[in-house]
Amino acid sequence: MSTPDVRLVDVTKRFDDVVAVDDLSLDVESGSFFALLGPSGCGKTTTLRMIGGFEQPSEGCIFLGEREVSGLPAYKRDVNTVFQSYALFPHLSVFENVAFGLRRRSVRGETLRGRVEAMLKIVGLAGMGRRKPRQLSGGQQQRVALARALVNKPQVLLLDEPLGALDLKLRKQMQLELKAIQHDVGITFIHVTHDQEEAMTMADRIAVMNDGRIEQLGTPTELYETPATAYVAGFLGVSNLIHGTVSGSDSVRLDRGPEVRVSAAALNGRTGHVAVGIRPEKIELGNGQPNALEGKIVEQAYVGVATQYIVETDCGRLTVYRQNASPGLNGASPGDRTTLSWSPDSSFVVDSMEESE
Amino acid sequence: MSFLHRHRNLTPYLLLAPGLLYLGIFFVVPLGFLLHQSLQSGNFDVGYAFTWAWGNYWDAIRGYRGHFIRSFEYAAIATVLALLFSYPLAYWIAFRGGRWKNLLLLFIVAPFFVTYLIRTLAWETILADQGPVVRVLRDIGILGQDGRLLATSFAVVAGITYNFLPFMALPIYVSLEQMDGRLIEAAQDLYASKWKAFVRVTLPLSLPGVVAGTLLTFIPAAGDFINAQLLGSPRNHMIGNVIQSKFLELTDYPAAAAMSFVLMAVILLMVALYARAVGTEKLTG
Repeated sequence: MSTPDVRLVDVTKRFDDVVAVDDLSLDVESGSFFALLGPSGCGKTTTLRMIGGFEQPSEGCIFLGEREVSGLPAYKRDVNTVFQSYALFPHLSVFENVAFGLRRRSVRGETLRGRVEAMLKIVGLAGMGRRKPRQLSGGQQQRVALARALVNKPQVLLLDEPLGALDLKLRKQMQLELKAIQHDVGITFIHVTHDQEEAMTMADRIAVMNDGRIEQLGTPTELYETPATAYVAGFLGVSNLIHGTVSGSDSVRLDRGPEVRVSAAALNGRTGHVAVGIRPEKIELGNGQPNALEGKIVEQAYVGVATQYIVETDCGRLTVYRQNASPGLNGASPGDRTTLSWSPDSSFVVDSMEESE
Repeated sequence: MSFLHRHRNLTPYLLLAPGLLYLGIFFVVPLGFLLHQSLQSGNFDVGYAFTWAWGNYWDAIRGYRGHFIRSFEYAAIATVLALLFSYPLAYWIAFRGGRWKNLLLLFIVAPFFVTYLIRTLAWETILADQGPVVRVLRDIGILGQDGRLLATSFAVVAGITYNFLPFMALPIYVSLEQMDGRLIEAAQDLYASKWKAFVRVTLPLSLPGVVAGTLLTFIPAAGDFINAQLLGSPRNHMIGNVIQSKFLELTDYPAAAAMSFVLMAVILLMVALYARAVGTEKLTG
């Protein structure tokens, strides 16, 4: 593996007596699309602002490539930012907004024009250079903000909730576009978001943050299939957590239910009290799989691609998705008794949070 | 209600009506009288008659050219000084004021709680020959042993600068205050040093405030007479002093009216040239 583009070593940031970022270490691989994911107040934006140079860490070091940048102001770092709600210069044309960074670096004349126009073309704004930002739609402003940062060919591009102000449809479209652009330009992107779906759609690797710390770091698949903690399991998608006690190298006895099998890898040597997690789409209505629970359907909601069931069991209410592969509803309806079953390989195990509650 | 519904396009005019009526009665009509008066001849004792006396304008320009020029000089210098003092002040309050912002703004407006005349009289005391300022300046040798501040152009310009400072500081403050702080971060993110970010982003975005402030200072300052009267000598008199004395002391109404119109015309011309130079969009933001 090459040297990481961004390295944070034991970084802590305090605001008065509030610890925003708590002893955080992180490597972001060169050329990757990296997401910092978490709820507001988890320290993700502070982390981004420290990489950008808008905040200085209270402790620890930040490296861009080989170079230590902690202490350097923003304008001396080879990093550019796409700000939340864009922060476009209202008094400058689209062209001058994009040219701003290049002009500060003394790029002039034809070279300047060529680079700005090429970048406007990449983001789909060719010919719009003379407009003012306020004459553009939200999506177009977003593209200007992106072009303004990317045109400088920074070592790292920081994106602070860049799609938050767009409507859902445009957001989905921009997610795919951003990923395509990142692939084309090959620059390392660090993306801050509270939207788990957005992070999973775009990022190669995601760090889930909580309370100023990284709760888990991995690919979207790893985080979703094998969350390390109940927090991560709850933050990424819907998960059913059932409490129990480890009863063997690959089995857990549920507190209010039967013994179920889990993979030894998922159990990972845990003993004592744990929680078994199963994603809603991995549970079958029926007894086709080794692990089974009896229950009664209490709610049913048709959501297009799938039907969502809430099933009351002895171990609590579980959410189940059933794909609508054939037309119409699936037959099961509220009040029906049913058996839920799942494969041991489809479940994961996390430490039980009950002790800390 | 139903009337307004049927004539919806009338609504804005109806809303404008009180203001327009007020302006019509108290601005346009007196202006008409003044224009009429400026073309009269005669004097207070025998009475005035409308005679298309264009000579009044000629006399105003020829006889008082020095006063006109001095008025614009003083007003321009005071405007520039007020700008130089106000900008850092407004900047500091807008970006560093924190929770003291409103209190600091109150301090800027505080002089208005005392009437204009009294404030200027206070300056007369401050700058007086026996006053502390002159004494200190004489002691440290900046002023000669018989040097004075009162009755100099310095005193007049200082008075005007002081009196109109809030009109400069407040619009600048407003334009800085409403600026999105992230724009400065964005500029620094794009390799602009603090100074460059100020020059390229903060300053251009505060121009509407600067333009408004310079107009609000320059226009009334050019017609001012209180400062010249109380802090200056007759050598420092401005066109306002002449108009005031012609109206109230010499009762030469036609000459005073003609001078008022010349002053108004020159100011309008200057404002038009200024607006053209900085761009009209700066006036509206």
